[in-house]
Amino acid sequence: MINATEQQQHIEVQAPSERRNGSGFVGSDAPRWDDYSRCIRCGLCLNQCPTYRELGFEMDSPRGRIYQMAQVDEGRLPIGESFVRHIDLCLDCRACETACPSGVEYGKLVEAARAQIEQHYRRPFGERMLRYLAFHHLISKPGSLKVAGALLRFYQSSGLEEMVNRSGLLNSMPRLCELQQLTPAIESPSFFPQIGKVFPARGSRRFRVALHAGCIANLAFARLNETTVRVLQENGCEVTIAAGQICCGALPVHAGLRGLARDLARRNIEAFDAQPFDAILTNAAGCGSTLKEYGYLLKDDAVWAGKAASFSAKMRDVTEFLCEVGLTAQPPALPAMVTYQDSCHLAHGQKVRQQPRKLLNAIPGLRFVEMPLSDLCCGSAGIYNITETEVSMQLLRSKMEAANSTGASIIATANPGCILQLRAGAKLYGTGQRVMHVIELLDPARPSL
Amino acid sequence: MRARRGQSQLHKVESGDDLDSRRVSELKNIIGSQAVLHAPEDLMLYEYDGSVDRALPDAVVFPSTTEEVVSTVCWAREKNFAILARGAGTGLSGGSVPVNGGVVIGFSRMKKIVEIDLANQRAVVQPGVVNLDLSLAVAKSGYYYVPDPSSQKACTIGGNVAENSGGPHTLAYGVTTNHVLGLEVVLPDGEVIHTGGKPLDCPGYDLTGLIVGSEGTLGIVTQAIVKLTRLPEAVQTILAIFNSVDDAADTVAEITARAITPAALEMMDQLALQAVEAATHAGYPCDAAAVLLIEVEGLREAIEVQTEEIRDACKHHAAREVRVAQSEVERQLLWAGRKNAFGAMGRIAKSFYVQDGVIPRTRISETLRFIGQVGEKYDLRIANVFHAGDGNLHPLILFDIRDHEQYRRVLQAGAEILAYCVSIGGSITGEHGVGMEKSDLMPLLFTENDLTIMGKLKSVFNRDGRLNPSKIFPTSKGCGEIQVGKQWAART
Repeated sequence: MINATEQQQHIEVQAPSERRNGSGFVGSDAPRWDDYSRCIRCGLCLNQCPTYRELGFEMDSPRGRIYQMAQVDEGRLPIGESFVRHIDLCLDCRACETACPSGVEYGKLVEAARAQIEQHYRRPFGERMLRYLAFHHLISKPGSLKVAGALLRFYQSSGLEEMVNRSGLLNSMPRLCELQQLTPAIESPSFFPQIGKVFPARGSRRFRVALHAGCIANLAFARLNETTVRVLQENGCEVTIAAGQICCGALPVHAGLRGLARDLARRNIEAFDAQPFDAILTNAAGCGSTLKEYGYLLKDDAVWAGKAASFSAKMRDVTEFLCEVGLTAQPPALPAMVTYQDSCHLAHGQKVRQQPRKLLNAIPGLRFVEMPLSDLCCGSAGIYNITETEVSMQLLRSKMEAANSTGASIIATANPGCILQLRAGAKLYGTGQRVMHVIELLDPARPSL
Repeated sequence: MRARRGQSQLHKVESGDDLDSRRVSELKNIIGSQAVLHAPEDLMLYEYDGSVDRALPDAVVFPSTTEEVVSTVCWAREKNFAILARGAGTGLSGGSVPVNGGVVIGFSRMKKIVEIDLANQRAVVQPGVVNLDLSLAVAKSGYYYVPDPSSQKACTIGGNVAENSGGPHTLAYGVTTNHVLGLEVVLPDGEVIHTGGKPLDCPGYDLTGLIVGSEGTLGIVTQAIVKLTRLPEAVQTILAIFNSVDDAADTVAEITARAITPAALEMMDQLALQAVEAATHAGYPCDAAAVLLIEVEGLREAIEVQTEEIRDACKHHAAREVRVAQSEVERQLLWAGRKNAFGAMGRIAKSFYVQDGVIPRTRISETLRFIGQVGEKYDLRIANVFHAGDGNLHPLILFDIRDHEQYRRVLQAGAEILAYCVSIGGSITGEHGVGMEKSDLMPLLFTENDLTIMGKLKSVFNRDGRLNPSKIFPTSKGCGEIQVGKQWAART
């Protein structure tokens, strides 16, 4: 332990103007003074931050994380285990952006901090390999994704999974047991064969739209994607599942892999550039948030910046779009009590809050009830529930307490990741609620629930 | 940013004895390894609060029970460390900045609402409960906890008790001390005392009143019994817009003179409006010289009459427009603008230094003129957002933290404004506390005798000054002397 006087000397820093040399951030994609200095440490974000609420440490609050970035930039704190731990623990849910009166764009800061970690910090071998496989092969190569999906489907449907469960093999490996709970069920057939197809509008065509179908969603949410297409068709949209589309890059952006994310962005822009669509849609709030930020992601790319900006300008969440253009196909009645969980990247990331609620309220017979703290993260956060399972489960437990208090039998949300998490939550801590995408509730072909 | 002024004799008595690994493990044995922070990279997150001051603690602990607080306090006494309580760290006067190092007791794990007793209109809470969370917990039943500091969605009841926090609605209902019935307090020698109690009136000395607002220098509050108040039947929020600051200021005095007591009477000037509107888009006019945000509440019929009276008073002083919020959404948005105002300064400046002077409400316009002159004199932009009804000013002096010379001017300007407030019969602080920020200005307000008796009182509770040292009372000779600490001056 160094004593306080030494500590003071140790932390004495140069004025920012002189300190560029001492900064722990090197290269592009770093948190910049102009951005992080907007934080004036009022602390209004603290109680809105899921990790601060659960853990109670300043290091795991938005204000604290920004302060740590500032200390790295001043050369007072290394990009070491501690910094990485606290930046890793952030859900990137951006609830702090909603709370921040000063307009700090925290999402951009934490993503830049992660880009720096990616460039300057060596993670343990196993973690490195896993990240490499997940980001560079699984999500960014449809071929690998299909193979992985087939293997997982075999495991889940051949009886192997059931056998493993019964054998108690996983009892000695609680971590694997948890992961299995959160692993999505692979649906058959997948949505991959639909990519490249055009689905005509039912009745007269009001709009020509394109759908970004996601990456893992093609395997785990094939039925949701089909429902999304059907609901759009019924509401007068011709839907193109643009060929050549690929993972949106949200997971790489959140993990700090901005180079990979830019490659994916360029491929998507190219895929959707071929035709003049009225809008490009997604049913995944997490993807939508990143797709809407392609303009920012590629702002320094002379060739792509303009195209990226116009791509982002066309991007809409499917609930946002349907609310904007109005429903022409009446959804079937639903005599049930429904509550809504705001997906973070829809509410905080895209500021889309009222639209899904309005759509739900348009369903005959539906009784809508708000849950307390509906815009607090459920703990899904991309792959956070897999990488930080403990905190994620704490958040899920609180979320389900809020959902249970409403007495609703259906929890609606607008993001596949949230759906998986909340389904696990309904089983573990809930009252057996059904968890559904808003779009599924709007489906004219919805079987009675 | 301001330095630790004068290392105290505390915490370094046994030479070479810092928080070494042996002591760290002792602390961990007392309170659990997951509840102690001691690594430098963690401690630096507890060197700040919402103010401009900075100083590093030696350790931070997170007790879950009063017993753990007692154990920690006894340990610190034995090892001669300073002790300081911390809520959410939103304070604006450096109250939770550990000037002399020592052990910070963080209350983020003591955030339970222990009891809600609606029939008797009171609740028992742990100090880490967030102010707004208490109101939300009882809102459905038609109650709320009145004191509403602007940071209420983050700040804690424990911090509010320490600072005797106010807020816009304390104009009609009083500040924190008027809403606290009793406290459980751990004294620095480890004794636990209970002040006040559930009955509305307790005999004997008003120790609760003494502890509330003592800025953590008399004891550590581990539980509070607070009053709950019925939500009013009806609320009306009025935005009055003026082309002249003087007109707005005169309206404040006129409203009181007409015997109307609004629940809240707030004022914002043009610079503040620009930041607030950028942050909240509540519809505040950026071209107005000033606005008043006025709220009346009570029985439906009564507020109709009051609203008309207020409208008339505003028009009498040349209000350009008087708007009444037409919906709850509009009302909430107007308040969001006001309550986020300090944070919104980040949109127009890199840093701000907020003062908390109090003046008679009849002298607002001349004081604002004086503040304007101070701004010109020191070449600084100053925004004003404040509780006009209480005469509780909040001049926000804007600056860039990187400019050392400018910061020195900021401190001078702040001190000059406060001296002016005192000179016209006001005070140096209304609700933010004296902290480490204004301690040297106390002699402006109090005679040596006044300060001596306060010092004696402090020593009854806090014999050796271990608890939150170097706060409230002057530490250096010569009042109003401003020093910028070297080691912090260049830092954010």
